[in-house]
Amino acid sequence: MNEETRTATLAGARDDARSRADGAPTTGPTVPPTAAPDLPVGVAPGSVVWDEPVPGGGYASCQLPRNAVLQVSDPDGDACVQLLVYRADQTAERLNVADTVKVQWQAYLGEGALLLSDMGRVLMTIVDDTSARHDCLGGCSNRRRNDERYGDGSMWGPAPNGRDLLALGAAKHGLGRVDLGPPVNLFKSVRVGGDGALHLDGSRRPGTHVALRAELDVIVVVANTPHPLDDRDSYTVSPARCTAWLGGPAADSPSTPERQRAYENTALVLGAHS
Amino acid sequence: MIVHDEVLAARAPWARVVRAGETLRVVDLGGNQAVDCLLYDAADPVHRYSAADTIVGQRNIFLVEGTQLLSNEGVPMMTITATTCAYHDTIGGACSRESNTLRYGHHTAHQHACVDNFLHAAAPFGLGKRDLVSNINWFMNVPVGDDGMLGIVDGISAPGLSLDVRAEIDVLVLISNCPQINNPCNGFDPTPVQLQVIAAP
Repeated sequence: MNEETRTATLAGARDDARSRADGAPTTGPTVPPTAAPDLPVGVAPGSVVWDEPVPGGGYASCQLPRNAVLQVSDPDGDACVQLLVYRADQTAERLNVADTVKVQWQAYLGEGALLLSDMGRVLMTIVDDTSARHDCLGGCSNRRRNDERYGDGSMWGPAPNGRDLLALGAAKHGLGRVDLGPPVNLFKSVRVGGDGALHLDGSRRPGTHVALRAELDVIVVVANTPHPLDDRDSYTVSPARCTAWLGGPAADSPSTPERQRAYENTALVLGAHS
Repeated sequence: MIVHDEVLAARAPWARVVRAGETLRVVDLGGNQAVDCLLYDAADPVHRYSAADTIVGQRNIFLVEGTQLLSNEGVPMMTITATTCAYHDTIGGACSRESNTLRYGHHTAHQHACVDNFLHAAAPFGLGKRDLVSNINWFMNVPVGDDGMLGIVDGISAPGLSLDVRAEIDVLVLISNCPQINNPCNGFDPTPVQLQVIAAP
């Protein structure tokens, strides 16, 4: 007969469960988010609604109201964050990377760029970007690719694939695998050569961030996994961090007629004509 | 042996299950006619074409002879076995009434567009808006400049150029014979295309 453990009784099991929060490391979301550390200058602690580290091989999701700003940061320089965005009150409307690059005549995202929905509206605007390395073309890894590269690409294994993680994040909002379109990659860039060849810039670059302002109520789903063009043999991805606050100011006047009309279409559904 | 042969009218949608081993041939009858195309695993439509997986798989944005069209799970769905048009696009997406308003002005909101063709063609198979993802554009030319500038420019196709794409699994193929009249993807003049399905040898 086994020696009785401290979890053999209901009261013992409850006390053991409760003791696990004592002195725990601060790797989870900041609770309350208003206690978030290292906020950007000018962001009031009381306005913060989400602050959560996303470990390599991890995922997270959040519903954010219009005008909220989501900052995704890459403190150690080797994060690769796959981002999907849905319109919260009508999730059939979602990020469309093809429209995002085609409408703006630009494959490479940077400050002022819009993340466009498939309905000709702005989901988010990039309002601050010290990384300038993002990718709208390469999408994310899948089980098959990570199995081949790392041996075991299952989402419960040591090298979780991006697609299965995004599926979990989307599922938390009632969305299914049917809803997974190609994501944007943050912090790793893919450049296209004159012959059409794809070149990944995946070198380590610590301390950058990108901030995106929600132009509609949105659901954001992120995963943090190696870029599908990452040739390194080991599953290499450093932690990212998501921090969001309310009341971000509108972006400057759009610089192109396409962006202007995208904001106009967005204002139409808000009933707010600006 | 040709098991299906039709001329698809300008601006029209089309859908058919192409069985493993069969070849779909698309002929650009009038020249520089973009043919928007999506692929679904006929047995499991959530398993579908992925432009990102396809270009990452071959490390190049252009679809050429030999290109494997990969699914969102990295599975080869179709293979380009022949093409007399040098390359095809898969990063430019499909035109929609909504995106047309951004690109060409609000007055284009009621012009016919590929997304509406896809929605119409997909519905009988139980598929809808959530099933649409980045597509293939046969015969369309979308270069990317050194600075990332990207867009649809004059085509490299011509009357009579064609492509053969062989199904590796049973594939539901959706096609929109692109009705766009505001850019050079159809030479500003949408025209019919010929679609043939050729039995496995």
